[in-house]
Amino acid sequence: MEQTGEYRIAASRERVWTALNDPVVLGRCIEGCQSLERVADDRFDAAIKARVGPVSALFNAELTLADVDAPSAYTLHAQVKGGAAGFARGQARVELEDAGPETLLRYAVQANVGGKLAQVGSRLIDAAARKLADDFFAAFGRELGGVVSAAAAPVPSPAPGAAAPPRVYEPSAQWKIWLAVFIALVVALVLAL
Amino acid sequence: MTQTAQIRSETGAGGHGIGASVLRKEDLRFITGAGRYTDDIDLPGQAYAVFLRSPFARARIERIDTDDARAMPGVIAVLTGRDMADDGLGDLPCGWLVKQKDGRDMVAAPHPPLAHTQVNYVGEPYGVVIAATLYDARQAAEAVEVDFTELDPVVDPAHARHSEDIHAGVLGNLAYDWELGDRAATEAALATAAHVTRIELVNNRLIPNAMEPRAAVGAYDPGTGEHTLYTTSQNPHLERLVLSAFVGVAPEHRLRVIAPDVGGGFGSKIFVYPEETAVIWAARKVGRPVKWTAERSESFLADAHGRDHVTHAELGVDADGRFVALKVETTANLGAYLSLFGSSVPTYLYGTLLAGQYRTPNIHVEVHGVYTNTAPVDAYRGAGRPEATYVVERIVETAARELGIDPAELRRRNMIRPDEFPYQTPVALQYDTGNYQASLERALELIDYAGFPARRAAAAARGLRRGIGFSCYIEACGLAPSKLAISLGAGVGLYESGEIRVNPTGSVTVFTGTHSHGQGHETTFAQIVADRFGIGLDDVEVVHGDTGRVEFGLGTYGSRSLSVGGSAISVAADKVIAKGKLIAAHMLETVPGTIEFADGRFGQPGSNQSLSFGEVAFAAYVPANYPDGLEPGLSEKAFYDPANFTFPAGTHIAEVEVDPETGVVEVVAFVAVDDFGRVINPMIVHGQVQGGLAQGIGQALLERCVYDEFGQLRTGSMMDYCLPRADDLPDFTIDTTVTPCTHNPLGAKGCGEAGAIGSPAAIMNAVTDAIGTNDLAMPATPEKVWRALAR
Repeated sequence: MEQTGEYRIAASRERVWTALNDPVVLGRCIEGCQSLERVADDRFDAAIKARVGPVSALFNAELTLADVDAPSAYTLHAQVKGGAAGFARGQARVELEDAGPETLLRYAVQANVGGKLAQVGSRLIDAAARKLADDFFAAFGRELGGVVSAAAAPVPSPAPGAAAPPRVYEPSAQWKIWLAVFIALVVALVLAL
Repeated sequence: MTQTAQIRSETGAGGHGIGASVLRKEDLRFITGAGRYTDDIDLPGQAYAVFLRSPFARARIERIDTDDARAMPGVIAVLTGRDMADDGLGDLPCGWLVKQKDGRDMVAAPHPPLAHTQVNYVGEPYGVVIAATLYDARQAAEAVEVDFTELDPVVDPAHARHSEDIHAGVLGNLAYDWELGDRAATEAALATAAHVTRIELVNNRLIPNAMEPRAAVGAYDPGTGEHTLYTTSQNPHLERLVLSAFVGVAPEHRLRVIAPDVGGGFGSKIFVYPEETAVIWAARKVGRPVKWTAERSESFLADAHGRDHVTHAELGVDADGRFVALKVETTANLGAYLSLFGSSVPTYLYGTLLAGQYRTPNIHVEVHGVYTNTAPVDAYRGAGRPEATYVVERIVETAARELGIDPAELRRRNMIRPDEFPYQTPVALQYDTGNYQASLERALELIDYAGFPARRAAAAARGLRRGIGFSCYIEACGLAPSKLAISLGAGVGLYESGEIRVNPTGSVTVFTGTHSHGQGHETTFAQIVADRFGIGLDDVEVVHGDTGRVEFGLGTYGSRSLSVGGSAISVAADKVIAKGKLIAAHMLETVPGTIEFADGRFGQPGSNQSLSFGEVAFAAYVPANYPDGLEPGLSEKAFYDPANFTFPAGTHIAEVEVDPETGVVEVVAFVAVDDFGRVINPMIVHGQVQGGLAQGIGQALLERCVYDEFGQLRTGSMMDYCLPRADDLPDFTIDTTVTPCTHNPLGAKGCGEAGAIGSPAAIMNAVTDAIGTNDLAMPATPEKVWRALAR
């Protein structure tokens, strides 16, 4: 699947930034995230418990950072294994931009799913991923006490070739925003089962 | 004449013999929940199997860690492909060795029942968890850890020859390059033809979807050494033969295969699959009966799929509208492995049918059979013949449009005439009999062809586009004779067995090597025997589907049951009557040659002394007044090997209305006039035609199996794979014409597949007629039709 989205967050970029760097906030926004462990400078392992009706499964995600353009853009690569539920892998490019008093967040995700996710969920994934990404940002917006609104129309995917040259990764907590965004999308994919 | 009207009149004629629409004997148990299917079999101490299936289309298995799984509650064993290989089990064979055009044998890649080094399609099993409960087995399957190294999959058959080799030693993923017919003569005739019609066709890949998913229960008796396998098979004896002779699970005489009630097969249950192989192997290994029933998702992934051809065809026509040559080149997707009959479907069951009903003098067909990282492809209702009919009837219809000749007239002009039989086609077959004009004319009458322009105009006034499409199909049923088929590569004979045991009280038990999984054998075969012996239908029991009860058989496929299996029963009945005459002659104190048997009585013409069938049967078992030297008992069997195929043929005409605003196609009328030779039970035949039409129309309008570029099955459930429902189908107008088969005792040809063979081309010809463009591939979904209209 390919999906792009745009959210306008009714808070200054500084406030957004601070909130996104607060693990407590993120934990509340990413439902089912059981652990988030940094295993290398550019690699993280996450365990997400996802439940749909009576079915619950533990999905293990390996996330790798790339093309870091701190603090405005980032790419996350992910491999997610859900056992019998199937697997997903893909990448998300996320960009933040000042928009007057507000902050504009754009993402473009490309993911391939396999196993049961592909066999029985493919028709549902786009809509479900969209809804769950919306849910994540709605929760996030509430954390900020502000409003999050999805952009009116989907925006075209950014050209991958246009990405800035990779820069040296600077250890900081800033990765969390990108991770949060991608995990939300991964959760969305997984829940699309 | 509508179907219901005809059934009523035939039922009204009374009787239960040949030609009567007797209600099906088996239906009472089916509709009252008393059917006994494989999943209904529960054996004491039974454990449950859950298969480990590849999530990848192509990957190397680096390591399988079963430790955690084995430690889980209820787990009895976790067995892998390596364990199976270590036990010395052989590969699953392909039963038909196709010779390539250069004389070499086809290249059959090894097909281990459980993969142990590499997985080659999503859903391929590489292990099995056996546990005390299904829940335990499922939980433990989750705990098996596998390291796969993914490899680039080959998904698109059109590019398979230029992709990485899936199997070591299979260059260019080519299982075979096969040809039939005279290439030079065909090309020469095309070069000088007044007109050449060219067409590109895709025969969409289908998933069979029998109502009952596959299942197996295996048991091993350490006392006797007997293995018993209950499984959803269309041919239990073949299953036993393959499992014993090729896979080596158990010796043939220590393996009993029982296929009890089976809820539909459509070909998909002919083949010997990994799962039942593993179940019977595991039952012995763990010392408990083992049961597996497929989930619907597993059926989608791992039942053999059908069709999947890409074809280019050229038809040369002379200035008088006569076909001079047909040249066909097809790439057939065989899937990741050659399934049991996968090699024969796109070759001997396809290329040989390309003459259709026509006198085309030059035909050449070339088929590239390729491997891909998709589920194996094998016979599915029609098996090769729907694909052939689709090529012939789509290109003939297209030629008619290009030449401005009425499509019925173009067909009429080229049809083999009734006085030309037996007719030798340029593609190996010799048609024994037929009257293609009769079914065409009857179909034209039933559809009211003359009234079509008015109906089209009326539809246009309603804003709809109405189209009409023809399909004059031929098929070859009852694959035969054995000697010829074996010389062409078949690994088994193609005869059938029939045995009639007359019990001392005069009731009769009939044993057939064919198998009923919806066809109604218990009724049709009982009608034949009751008719021959002049006894009641309820006095006849038909036994099938158990290697422990039926001597041998080759099962049910290719619409063979009646023409081959029924003929064997008929021959056995002859033998019973012949022996009965000897007994009766002795009892009536006359010479054997003077006895005649009619209406259930043995007697001499002109004499009022006669004996009933029951009296003679009783005498055979209580031989007091009995001929010297004659064995007691009245039980006879026959192995019937047909002299030739049978050739059912007919005309299907579809009328559709297309809504140009939405692209929705409605089938508003469908006429099927089929020549099945002599019909035993018209009601059952009509049911078979209806079912076949539903599947053919499903292929044309709704069904399509899709793998994505990574080899993931995207149509893995009923949500994405669209099966026809009642409201997708019209009220069919079904009729028959009869030219009896010339070479079997029943004159029957076979009816099980005709509906699925003829209808896709009729529907697509009608849809393309309605929308005015030929650029449309099956299934003609609303989106595709709408886009074609917009082009």
